[in-house]
Amino acid sequence: MAEEIRLMKGNEAIGEAAVRAGCRAYFGYPITPQNELTAYMAKHMLAKGRIFIQAESEIAAINMVYGASSTGARAMTSSSSPGVSLKQEGISYLCGADLPAVIVNVARAGPGLGGISPGQGDYFQATRGGGHGDYYTIVLAPKGVQEAADLTYEAFSISEKWRVPVLVLADGLIGQMMEGVVFPEPIDPATLPRKDWAVGHVTEMHRPYNHVTSLNLEPDGLEAANRIRFERYGHIKEELVRYEEIDVDDADIVFVAYGTSARVCHGALEMARAAGMKVGLFRPITLWPFPSARLAGLAERGKRFLCVEMSMGQMVEDVRLAVNGKVPVYFYGRCGGNIPSQEEVFAEVKRLMAL
Amino acid sequence: MTEKTFMAGFGGQGIISLGQLWVYSAMKEGLKVTFFPFYGAEKRGGIARASVIVSSDEIKSPLVTSADSVVVMNQDSVEIAEKVCKKGGTILVNSSLVKTDPARPDARIVHVPCNDIALKLGDVRIANMVMMGALSKVTGAVKLDTLESVLKSFFPSSKHALITLNIAAVEEGKKAVLG
Repeated sequence: MAEEIRLMKGNEAIGEAAVRAGCRAYFGYPITPQNELTAYMAKHMLAKGRIFIQAESEIAAINMVYGASSTGARAMTSSSSPGVSLKQEGISYLCGADLPAVIVNVARAGPGLGGISPGQGDYFQATRGGGHGDYYTIVLAPKGVQEAADLTYEAFSISEKWRVPVLVLADGLIGQMMEGVVFPEPIDPATLPRKDWAVGHVTEMHRPYNHVTSLNLEPDGLEAANRIRFERYGHIKEELVRYEEIDVDDADIVFVAYGTSARVCHGALEMARAAGMKVGLFRPITLWPFPSARLAGLAERGKRFLCVEMSMGQMVEDVRLAVNGKVPVYFYGRCGGNIPSQEEVFAEVKRLMAL
Repeated sequence: MTEKTFMAGFGGQGIISLGQLWVYSAMKEGLKVTFFPFYGAEKRGGIARASVIVSSDEIKSPLVTSADSVVVMNQDSVEIAEKVCKKGGTILVNSSLVKTDPARPDARIVHVPCNDIALKLGDVRIANMVMMGALSKVTGAVKLDTLESVLKSFFPSSKHALITLNIAAVEEGKKAVLG
């Protein structure tokens, strides 16, 4: 049955999508600009008889996720940039223990306490693991309310399939903005299959107990575990890469931008096309795995790239790695909570076109 | 059709409700919508602003930086209206509270005495709805013909008694900008 279109804030849509995905346990701690998400979960998880805990800190919340996930339950936490920094130790532990989890970062401007306005300065933290040790998390970057809902819903199954935590990296604009959204069908968590790696249910399932831990004091054993995990990362890079392209084929300059910046670039693209300039947009949806191969292919065809971010320049490094010096990669960024306007991005691409 | 509107006033004037009801109605009329409030330390008397876009196509940047129309609910918002209005755009001014027009000779300035009309109807709090009626009439972007059902889902049932008054305010706002 087709669901009705609803007008919702991004934060609430993420919450509703998680509930529908069969999230059994949510643990959070308040921080602007993601508070509506925690509030939504408080209301709707408890109403469904599921677990909601406002933890005493972000660190407690991520460790509660670890505990819940160890039992095989779909578990989630959310925060905004400074709060996500606090969760990094727990995320490293989740990765070390090969536990699925969904972590939402409705990012704000940093560093430090920074400001509460939207930011994209958490790209390095998100795509390089963020905590200690050799690991990655899968990173999904929605461009609006509908995609925030869709990616959050899917994040649970992706995370379970690969036994890798999935980070949904939004920003304050996507969290606070209202748009129309249609939700996928709800999943009853009771119908989800049991995990053969989870703790608990030993007697009823007639199997030996499982031990979920990231601790391994024996170097060869730890190395082997890491190598197995990196083999899985290799498969993820082959199977999971996602991106959107707009007017790329005949473009001389291609914007590379994700999330809110990509929306702004799309506006600038329209202005450029109206002025007769051949401009395209490449929008990574998975920030890790990054769509490097596709960008390398476009570089072979001689495209120049203009990376636009709400940061001092982070994703631009991945774009430069991907094209490996073959073509110029320019950067335009705003930070501090400022969002670039499509007019200023258009002015920048116009300037580059004249070079 | 795309109508980008920038709405500005002070906290308590119902800027956020105005923007939300505008896009909710537009969505019911089959349009794509985005509503982005400039969030921060919300308080009565503080700054309340929103970027509001309705369109028959996919909406690109959700930020309104070159507005087709600007809603100015108080004197302090005149300056931002002067900056954000596109060349030849429309600025709707709540003339009950705004005593100096935006210095934009290229723009169409529309005066709507929102507070006076709202007071005449019996409640100054519906000044925002008067403005929404005027915005609908002037831009034609959102017809507001589904407003009653929108208000029924927007308000909790304890407030449904106020729907008639809200609709009356919208109608008066439309009339105020005739001709």
